[in-house]
Amino acid sequence: MSERREVTIKVPLLTRVEGEGALELRIREGAIAALQLRIFEPPRLFEKFLEGRGHEEVLDIVARICGICPVAYQMSASHAIESILGVQPGPWVREMRRLFYCGEWLESHALHIHLLAAPDFIGFKSAIEMAAHHPAEVKRGLRLQALGNKILRTLGGRSVHPVGVRIGGFTHAPSRESMAELLQECREALPEAAALVRWLATLELPDDEQRFVSVALHHPDEYPLNEGRLRASDGLDIGIEQFHDYFRESHVAHSTALHAHYFPGGWAEEKVGVPYLVGPLARLNLNFAQLPQAVRDNLATTGVRFPSRNMFHSVIARAVEIHFALLEAIRILENYAPSDTPAVGVTPRAGVGYGCTEAPRGILWHRYELDGAGKVVVATIIPPTSQNQARIEADLKSSLEQLGLERSDDEIRLHGEKVIRNYDPCISCATHFLRLKVERD
Amino acid sequence: MKPRVAVHKFSSCDGCQLAFINAGEALLQLATLVDIVHFAEAGYADEEAVVDIAFVEGSISTPQELERIRTIRANSKTLITIGACATSGGIQALRNMHDTQQWVEGVYAQPEVIALLADSTPISERVKVDFELWGCPVNATQLFAVVRSLLSGVTPLLEQETVCQECKRAQTVCVMVSRGEPCLGPVTRGGCGALCPAVGRDCYACFGAAPQANTAALAEQFAAQGLAPEAIARRFLFINSHSEPFHSEGKKWQGEGK
Ligand code: SF4
Repeated sequence: MSERREVTIKVPLLTRVEGEGALELRIREGAIAALQLRIFEPPRLFEKFLEGRGHEEVLDIVARICGICPVAYQMSASHAIESILGVQPGPWVREMRRLFYCGEWLESHALHIHLLAAPDFIGFKSAIEMAAHHPAEVKRGLRLQALGNKILRTLGGRSVHPVGVRIGGFTHAPSRESMAELLQECREALPEAAALVRWLATLELPDDEQRFVSVALHHPDEYPLNEGRLRASDGLDIGIEQFHDYFRESHVAHSTALHAHYFPGGWAEEKVGVPYLVGPLARLNLNFAQLPQAVRDNLATTGVRFPSRNMFHSVIARAVEIHFALLEAIRILENYAPSDTPAVGVTPRAGVGYGCTEAPRGILWHRYELDGAGKVVVATIIPPTSQNQARIEADLKSSLEQLGLERSDDEIRLHGEKVIRNYDPCISCATHFLRLKVERD
Repeated sequence: MKPRVAVHKFSSCDGCQLAFINAGEALLQLATLVDIVHFAEAGYADEEAVVDIAFVEGSISTPQELERIRTIRANSKTLITIGACATSGGIQALRNMHDTQQWVEGVYAQPEVIALLADSTPISERVKVDFELWGCPVNATQLFAVVRSLLSGVTPLLEQETVCQECKRAQTVCVMVSRGEPCLGPVTRGGCGALCPAVGRDCYACFGAAPQANTAALAEQFAAQGLAPEAIARRFLFINSHSEPFHSEGKKWQGEGK
């Protein structure tokens, strides 16, 4: 009741996210007076220990920023370093990298949908609990996740921190037989992916229209993975090397992750930036036309439309991307022939280079400066979750107000967790455990 | 009563707990054999619960983490570290060789809010550990072998072989002999299945040092093949830089370079 002057509620842990953080909320006279997504995952300071390392060591280092999306880190770094060394690895490597990335999207998206997000929408505490009541759906999800991991293993040797990549390409070309086996499995899984999209569209998702800027890569000929220009839903269209002209990070005291903001028209000291969204929903909002017809047709049967302003369509966007990733993997595998040169040779030289690729959670931007011996002088890495953090806070504010602040602390906490998980925040990349603290006065 | 199990996370990339999360149906099966009471990423949160088996991922790098691991130790019958971070301090232990405070000041505008211990350390430097699983990351084979042993009341066996021995048994072409790559397989603990040579590259010791590893001899061999002292140092000071004999071997060659 509103006689409560000041109440503090601590909910010990937010589960089903990748990271350590807390949500702090202060409600005063029925309005939100303060709201912070606190992130206190200990910083591991990767950018610093990249300094002085050889370019050939970078991919094994940056992979370890995140066990769930190591490929994204390896890909952004490869592109950045190859641009410095003036290397063009050619069409075979380009295709295999797309396949590799499809494996990671499958694995990461299937994991998030089934193990982290779906229990929220169906009303279970965990996927293990949910599996007892919805065995077919959970097992389908686990199979898709396993298939993604198998793609990663085939090219990378293992799915977490793959060892099969190097600057210039891959350390080996998989055999025809292993790729034929993968093709077979992808074909078998295709109807399951299409069914997953349709199933998610039947779930009761909160209706939550919001205003936000979407930011993603865009490529004229394909759905973006490794390459493209940076676009925003307000019309921005820039090369990836111009990122810092429009996007800046700052440190806020409540977080060990740096917050990034977008500065429409270009960054300037006196300007205040706006939050922005990266990830599956932002990608779909900016790249819907790049999706294969079959993916769009399947989606059309559901009544869900993109571009969308409903943040909870993120979970459907993830499934749509699973469908896309499988089709793309099939296309690449059908044309597969082993190569004698799975990687091109590189010669060290000094310079500055940029890499920006679409990690499962959104754009992952890297900048490296190498010296003449090919060693890292400076590295800057901007992960998707620190870009989404300001957007998550803005979303929490508006969705909790929409929910009604007079609701019980439990309801507020549950909804807040749902909102946060919907972004699939990776707290290892940027943040872990969320503790909610509500103060009312 | 079913054994009670917890999976805890400290400073890490989450990659080792993925050995559970990626296990698919084996994970669902495990959940029928044990009571999972804490595993935040999978949806279970009871951090201070008393358990039979605690799996610990990640290194200790903040004062809060130090507090937490002490409580967890007190509440756990058997404590098992999973992965390089928990077992050797991990890749983030590279910072132990530097002045971290200065680094933090370089990255964060308000460094005073970032509380870090001077070193990122393995769990065993802080509390007693019952078993250690090496690997960055650990794999499902290692992990489920330990789970099976414990569930049947048998003491788990740790890997004693080197990557080099695993590689020979798999009849993989030796990357050091055939291509002169500075492979760390001869001094690295097995368990990965000699993955790197199998895909045509040198091992970089993510599973840590094998028992009785002769790092000095291997380092001399690298030098004879023309690797610069400073590059030899970097080979040893990598994923497991805080553990011996890698730490001393690396330091020795780092000194040579100057
Ligand atoms: S040991 Fe490696 S894989 Fe495991 S948590 Fe640490 S960095 Fe990640």
